Amino acid sequence: MSEQNKDDQPIVIARDVHKWFDNFQALKGINMEVKIGEVIVIFGPSGSGKSTFIRTLNRLEEHQRGTIIIDGIELSHDVRNIERVRREIGMVFQQFNLFPHLTVLQNITLAPIWVRRWSKEKADEIAMQLLERVGIPEQAQKFPGQLSGGQQQRVAIARALAMQPKIMLFDEPTSALDPEMIKEVLDVMVELAKSGMTMLVVTHEMGFARAVAHRMYFFDGGLIVESGTPDQIFKNPQQDRTKLFLSQILSH
Amino acid sequence: MTSTSDGVGPPSPPGAMEWIRKNLFSNWYNSLLTILGATVVYFTLINIITWVFNTADWRPVTVAPLLYLVGQYPREELWRAGISLLMVTFLVGMSWGVWKRYVRAFAIFMGILLGILAVFPLETTTITLPIRAFMLINPFLIYLGYRIGRLQSVHGRHVATLWLITLLLIPLVILPGFENSSLLPKVPTTVWGGLLITLLLSVGGIVLSFPIGVLLALGRRSSLPVVKLFSIFFIEVVRGVPLVTILFMFSIILALFLPSESRIDRVIRALMGTVVFSAAYTAENVRGGLQAIPPGQVEAAKAMGLKNFHITILIVLPQALRLVIPTIVGQFISLFKDTTLVYIVGINDLLGIGNAVLNLNPEFVRLQMEVYLFIAVIFWVFSYFMSYASLQLEKALGVGER
Ligand SMILES: Nc1ncnc2c1ncn2[C@@H]1O[C@H](COP(=O)(O)OP(=O)(O)OP(=O)(O)O)[C@@H](O)[C@H]1O
Ligand SMILES: [Mg+2]
Repeated sequence: MSEQNKDDQPIVIARDVHKWFDNFQALKGINMEVKIGEVIVIFGPSGSGKSTFIRTLNRLEEHQRGTIIIDGIELSHDVRNIERVRREIGMVFQQFNLFPHLTVLQNITLAPIWVRRWSKEKADEIAMQLLERVGIPEQAQKFPGQLSGGQQQRVAIARALAMQPKIMLFDEPTSALDPEMIKEVLDVMVELAKSGMTMLVVTHEMGFARAVAHRMYFFDGGLIVESGTPDQIFKNPQQDRTKLFLSQILSH
Repeated sequence: MTSTSDGVGPPSPPGAMEWIRKNLFSNWYNSLLTILGATVVYFTLINIITWVFNTADWRPVTVAPLLYLVGQYPREELWRAGISLLMVTFLVGMSWGVWKRYVRAFAIFMGILLGILAVFPLETTTITLPIRAFMLINPFLIYLGYRIGRLQSVHGRHVATLWLITLLLIPLVILPGFENSSLLPKVPTTVWGGLLITLLLSVGGIVLSFPIGVLLALGRRSSLPVVKLFSIFFIEVVRGVPLVTILFMFSIILALFLPSESRIDRVIRALMGTVVFSAAYTAENVRGGLQAIPPGQVEAAKAMGLKNFHITILIVLPQALRLVIPTIVGQFISLFKDTTLVYIVGINDLLGIGNAVLNLNPEFVRLQMEVYLFIAVIFWVFSYFMSYASLQLEKALGVGER
C-alpha cells in the first residue's frame, strides 16, 4: 500500500470520545490509537460501551464530545467525510446482517458496484476471489437463508473485504454462532490478521486474542479500565475488575 | 400397481379407491357426513343447473353483450377496442414466454376463454362475424407472443417496457383518439362504458397509486419535516374519508373550482379520486413492510458507504415490498370492486351498464338476478386471477424463504 511511509502514523485516533444516549452516558472519554496492521481486541462486561465505541468509528453512532480521526479524516457532521470514512472501514456484525433478498455474490458485489462504481465483471471476479479466501466459493449463487451461521458470517466478512477497506471492525462476530461454527469464522479472522489487516475486534474469544492481538482493551462502564499486550493482560492484569472479569470468562 | 418396496424410494401414492376409503369412509360418522354432504351438493347443483339452463332468462345479457364490454363506444370504431385487446393478449403471451410458469396458467386460461367467447353460440345480431374473427385471433396471438418471448434475445425488461407503452397508448391514444383525425376520430369518454371503464379505472388506479403510495410511505418516515407532515396529512385525511365522498369531491367540487374551458374529463376525475384513495392505503401497507425491516439491514448498508437513496432503492424497498405483496394485492382487489362506486357519479361501468340494461325493457325489470349474477361472475373471475397472480409473484420472489 501507499501508506508504507507513514507506517507509524496511527490510522485510527480516538481522543476523549464521549457519547450519550439521551441522559445515559455510554462512553465517558475513550482514548485509543491504532497503527496500520495492528490487531486490537476489545472486551468487557455487557453494557460497557464496546459496541457503541466501535460504531462511533464509522459513525453508525454519533459521538458528542472528543475527536475521532480515521486515516487523516476527522469525523464530523460533514456527510462527505462520513462517506469517505465508511469506504475505508469494513464492518462485521454479530447478527451477520446479510441482505436476504440478494444472493451471496450480489451481497458482496453490491457496494463495489454502487459505491466504488466497478463494473459488474470486475466486482464478480473479486467477489469470487474473496469467497475462495473465506472457503465457500461454491455458495456464490445461494441466498443467505440457505447457509449455516458460520457460512453467513464468512460471507459477511467477504462482503466487508470487497470494498478493500483499510480497517476492519468486528462486533462480537462469533457470539451468535453455534460452538461448532465458531472456529471456521475465527480461522478466517486469524488469516486476515496475519495478512496485515488493521482490525478492531470486540470479542470474548480469548484464544483468538492470544494468537493474534497486538493490544487488548478492557472496557467497563464506558471507560477503558486497562490495556496492554495479551501477555500483560493474561499474565499480569493490574486492575481488580480486569482480574475478576477474566476469571469469569476464562473459567468456562 | 407395481410396488417397488426395496426399502428405498418414496411410497407410491395411494390408489383412488384407497384414498376414498381413507378420507371419506374411514368410520361410520365420517361415512354419514360424506353421504349427507354429497346429497346436499347434488341437490344444490341440480337446482343451480336447472335454474341456469331452464328457468333463467338471459336476454338482458345476450341482447347486448357489447354493451357490457365497451358501453356505447361507437360500433364503427370498435376495432380500436379490438386492437387494444390484441395488444394485451400478445403481451400476455410474451410475458408467458419470458416469465414462464409464473404466467403460464394465466395466459392459457385467457386464450381458452377468448377462444370460447369467439365461438360461443349466442343468437344475437350484435356479435357479428368480424367480431368473432377478431376474438379468435387472440389465442393465436398469445401463442405467437409466447414463441417470441422465448427467444434468447427477448428479456423481461423489454416486455416490461412494452407493457408500459401499451398501457399508456391504449387509454391515452387508441381509445380516445384525436379531434379532426380521420384514422382515430375522437371518441368522448361519455360513451365509454362497461368492462372497459371498469378495467381502465382499476388498472389505472392500481398502476398510478402504487408509486405514489410508496413515495408517501417513504415520505412519512422522512427526516424532512415538510415532507413528513405532508405525507401524514395526506394519508390520514384520505383514510378518514369514504371513497364515495372522494369521488364526489373530484367529480363535482373539482369541476366547480376549475374554469369550464379547462374542464378535466369526468373519467379522469373519477380516476384521480380512485388514485388518491388507493395511494393512501398503499402508503400505510407499505409502511408496515418498511417497519418490518430490521435496523441491522440499514446499518450494514450504511457501513459499506452506500448513500441513503441507494439503501432505500436496493435494500429497504425490495424487502419491504416483498413482504406486503399479499396485503397490497388484497387492497387492489378491493379497489377493483370498489370502482363500481363510480356509477354514483354518472359513469357507466360494468354495474352501471347492468342497471341501464334492466331499465331498457319493462320485461327485464324482474331479471335482476340474472344480470347481477352475470356481473358478479365477471368480477369474480378477475378478482380470482388477481389473487392467483399474487401467489405466483410471491413464489417468484420467494416470499417467506428468507
Ligand atoms: N440506541 C441506544 N439507545 C439507548 N441506549 C443505548 C443504545 N445503544 C446502547 N445503549 C446503552 O449504552 C450502553 C452501552 O451499550 P453497548 O451496546 O455499547 O454495550 P456493549 O459493551 O456492546 O455490550 P454487549 O456486550 O451487551 O454488546 C448500554 O447500557 C446500552 O443499554
Ligand atoms: Mg455489543
